[in-house]
Amino acid sequence: MTVTTPAKSQSLTGAPYRTLKPTLFWAIAEAIPRRLSWSLMVLSVVVPLSLWWILSGTGFVDSRFLPTPTMVIQAGIGLWQDGHLLGDVLASFLRVSAGFLLAAIVAVPLGIAMGAFASIRSMLEPIIGIVRYMPAPAFIPLLIIYLGLGEEPKIMLIFMGTVFFNTLMIMDAVKFVPKELIETTYTLGGDRLQVLFRVITPYVVPNILDTFRINMAASWNLVVVAELVAADGGLGKRIQIAQKFFQTDDIFACLIVLGLIGFLIDLSLQAVLRLTCKWAV
Amino acid sequence: MHLEVTKLHKQFDTPKGPLVALKDINLHVETGEFVCAVGASGSGKSTLLRLIAGLEAPTAGQITVDGQPIVGPGADRGMVFQSYTLYPWMTVQQNVEFGLKLQRMPSGERREQASHYLSVVGLTQFAQSLPKELSGGMKQRVAIARALANHPKILLMDEPFGALDVQTKETMQQFLLGLWQRLGISILMITHDVGEAVFLSQRIYVMTARPGTIRQEMSIALSDPGSASDEPRLYSVRRTPKFYHYCEEIMDLLRESGAPAGV
Repeated sequence: MTVTTPAKSQSLTGAPYRTLKPTLFWAIAEAIPRRLSWSLMVLSVVVPLSLWWILSGTGFVDSRFLPTPTMVIQAGIGLWQDGHLLGDVLASFLRVSAGFLLAAIVAVPLGIAMGAFASIRSMLEPIIGIVRYMPAPAFIPLLIIYLGLGEEPKIMLIFMGTVFFNTLMIMDAVKFVPKELIETTYTLGGDRLQVLFRVITPYVVPNILDTFRINMAASWNLVVVAELVAADGGLGKRIQIAQKFFQTDDIFACLIVLGLIGFLIDLSLQAVLRLTCKWAV
Repeated sequence: MHLEVTKLHKQFDTPKGPLVALKDINLHVETGEFVCAVGASGSGKSTLLRLIAGLEAPTAGQITVDGQPIVGPGADRGMVFQSYTLYPWMTVQQNVEFGLKLQRMPSGERREQASHYLSVVGLTQFAQSLPKELSGGMKQRVAIARALANHPKILLMDEPFGALDVQTKETMQQFLLGLWQRLGISILMITHDVGEAVFLSQRIYVMTARPGTIRQEMSIALSDPGSASDEPRLYSVRRTPKFYHYCEEIMDLLRESGAPAGV
């Protein structure tokens, strides 16, 4: 026998056995204490804010380039008082809503159909796979040629920039509907239409809401891009005007408003998910 | 009800070539009978049940229910899977009603029927719960109630207790046996658990693997010590020599064919 059994058990390399050391901060895939979590969340906002304050307030960076938080708040108040801010937010918001709604109306049935039927998937996946890699902003010149300078090209841009991602993500969600759930429905006497509308669709509603949350960010990107190019109003337009007059404080105010709007939309979609899909949360 | 499977063959086309899953299967289930097909994994027993459910088409052979050939899945053959197949967004009540809803039964009648079967499986108080609030055994009882609410001619069960812990499994076996004796339903159950098959069924088809064939058909006659043979079977029957004898006989058949199985 060549295998020896040492009197004292030891690891193969002779070194001490490796054991995992306890940790709080670096624990993988585990919850952290509530207080730690809240503190870190507060820091996540407070640290960048203070850094900004220090850099701009001390004159370390020229305040024409990096306005102080106070200047930005004042600029925001100014924009609000002369009525620009509300008008711009509304203009951008309506464009995003129209474009995204159109995209959703197309993407939900299309994504479900592509996920459920391999035939429709084979028919559409290759072409969508190519088109979705064409950057939506690259279509702006064409859209302006086709649709002019009004609302239509902007809404169309948002539609084009989000519809494919929405479709493909919903399609993927449908692929994860357990096959047994579909087969159970057949053995309960269900037909294919019933499986589609009463089993697959309700099953993917939470995924659809998550998909919307993720792609909503893209639609705000696109609306600003469109407004930077050509628009009568909107936050992108406001940023472009501010650039012309070197009003960095207005630009910062608009950026913060954009961030807050996105954050609010995300929170409300999360709330919708919690309220309508208790089973999934 | 009379289920008849005749000369059934099933072959799958895989990238490595054709795979014969089932070869020359003949079996039948009579009205009110509890029949088990027992075999190791790879014996094609799940495929057999899926063919009878109509979820897959046979390569050759015939399956008839009351003389009518099967063309696809339908409400006349209720199915209970090993994995929990409750609709997660529906309450327990809605789950049990769902089969009836699919067949467009009016809601009042539907509710009544579902409530009846919920009480049959002893889950009335959980009618408004969501599946995620139930234990594994309770989920399977809901799945059984849902299948029964459809008044199927036969209940097909694919290792329904395979995912449950030992204690729950015992309870569920006793429960299913009681249900079968009370309702007079016909059941065809697939399992790899020899003890479960012997305890539950009146007749067993022992299946061997590669290709899946029926090695032997066995009738089981168990009775509790000191009781008439028609008395409800109790778990204590599992401690009788007769029970061991049946199990050993089946295990020997499975061992001979080189396919390991667990009791």
